[in-house]
Amino acid sequence: MEEIFQDIIIKKSDDYIINMGPQHPSTHGVLRFELCLLGETVKYIIPHCGYIHRGIEKMCEKNTYQQIIHLTDRFDYLSAHMNNEAVCLAVENALEVEVPERVKYIRTILAELNRIASHQLWWCAFGMDLGALTTFFYGLRDREPILDIFEESFGSRLLHSFNCPGGLMHDVHPNFQKKIKDFIKYFRKILPEYDQLLTGNIIFQQRSIGMGILSKEDAISYGVTGPSGRGSGFKCDVRKHHPYSAYSKVDFKEILYTEGDTFARYKARIDEMWESLNILEQLVDNMPAGDYTVKMKPIIKLPAGDYFQRVETARGELGCYIVSDGNKNPLRVKFRTPNFSNLFIINKLASGNKIADLVAISGSLDLVIPDIDR
Amino acid sequence: MNIFKYFGEVFGAIRSLWAGMRVTGYYSIRPGKVVTQKYPENRKKLIIAERFKGEVIMTHDANNQHSCNGCGICEMNCPNGSIEIISNKITNAEGKSERVIDKHIYHLSMCTFCSLCIKTCPSNSITWGHDFEHAVFDRNKLTKVLNQPGSSIRKEIKEVKETKEA
Repeated sequence: MEEIFQDIIIKKSDDYIINMGPQHPSTHGVLRFELCLLGETVKYIIPHCGYIHRGIEKMCEKNTYQQIIHLTDRFDYLSAHMNNEAVCLAVENALEVEVPERVKYIRTILAELNRIASHQLWWCAFGMDLGALTTFFYGLRDREPILDIFEESFGSRLLHSFNCPGGLMHDVHPNFQKKIKDFIKYFRKILPEYDQLLTGNIIFQQRSIGMGILSKEDAISYGVTGPSGRGSGFKCDVRKHHPYSAYSKVDFKEILYTEGDTFARYKARIDEMWESLNILEQLVDNMPAGDYTVKMKPIIKLPAGDYFQRVETARGELGCYIVSDGNKNPLRVKFRTPNFSNLFIINKLASGNKIADLVAISGSLDLVIPDIDR
Repeated sequence: MNIFKYFGEVFGAIRSLWAGMRVTGYYSIRPGKVVTQKYPENRKKLIIAERFKGEVIMTHDANNQHSCNGCGICEMNCPNGSIEIISNKITNAEGKSERVIDKHIYHLSMCTFCSLCIKTCPSNSITWGHDFEHAVFDRNKLTKVLNQPGSSIRKEIKEVKETKEA
């Protein structure tokens, strides 16, 4: 019980309260932190979310299973493909449909490409949060080849509703494999530049090493997953421990750091980019030929019951829970989004530090605000 | 000992700064490696992907004919209600009554580009257009009528449909 009481914030009438957000650039969206300050030191932080709540879970109840897919793009827009995949896998498991091997491979490749693109954008924004504007342009430059691959195959760069229950909307572009191979070659050469620009920088290191230490116990009890949790030694990679799609066929290692500080979370993401390149290399040459979808009925009706599927997005574990009563619409859909859990650790990490360090810590958690509010 | 640590930190800082500046310097003296494009000026040279989702359009041939028979499947599949079909029932020359679209209304302002309408269209009458500059001053301009004025349904499509039904 003692541990729980430590987290309870006791407000006093003479606290000096200042609001950070909802329009603050370093919160990366409409998130409001209510900060209690002692000079420049943060006493406690109360995050207020709900500014971009769109009621996606409720909207899902009015839509059919095919129509849900495009809504899931909109919560974590930087890992849109993995969000789509969660719903598709849940529906496919419920119907006991086995998708073709080609679909599994393409889904895994796209998920890894999306993960790299997401981490690149995080790297840009994280550098910018700490005052290194250069990183922003370098990261966006390297994200462009991935977005070009997406644009060529599915027509949109960010929100590609490319999955559908049973497979994919249409087959990938004939240039798909060649472009990915080019990208791997290009990015293997360019990724060391990231270390030269930011990782080795002494100002960056002094602001991140030992800052905002998250213990493994806290990571587990708060449910901090993804690279943020793995920076604290919490083994939570869904790809490794509960493999889905083609992850059981590839050989990769789970990135683990035990320090738990901002720098460990940073290193975990940089290493994940290397690991994603390894996964891509193993898959792209072995893509089997075949159908891109299995024939599904135009109106999908799940048998009554509840279904759960989890996937690893770029920020952590996404759970999709569908309750069906046998109709064409789901009775209830619940998404366990990674950022919602990752956000509420911030009081524990940043209280006692300076405001500028709060920006570094919240940047290292890689928050995407629409994912918190849904 | 402290003074060595102090100078060590200073030299470490200079070295790490040098490593970062070397990358920046490398690109600043090689303008050929810079990937930035000047967008509004290069509009004519822009390469737009073949499958790019700009807006929903209806394809018309040289005789101003389309292949939409107004079945309403796209309207039914749209999750946001951004497609409305207004159709008329007319009697054709053979005395049979048939459905002809009057207006295929597309609200671009409500479209979320999920491409369910295009995937499910049985006659492939609608497809993705490549126009991406949608900014207008009046919101009403985003409501578009997809079938061109005076257009009619293509003959072959009708025949194909009739043979399928028979």
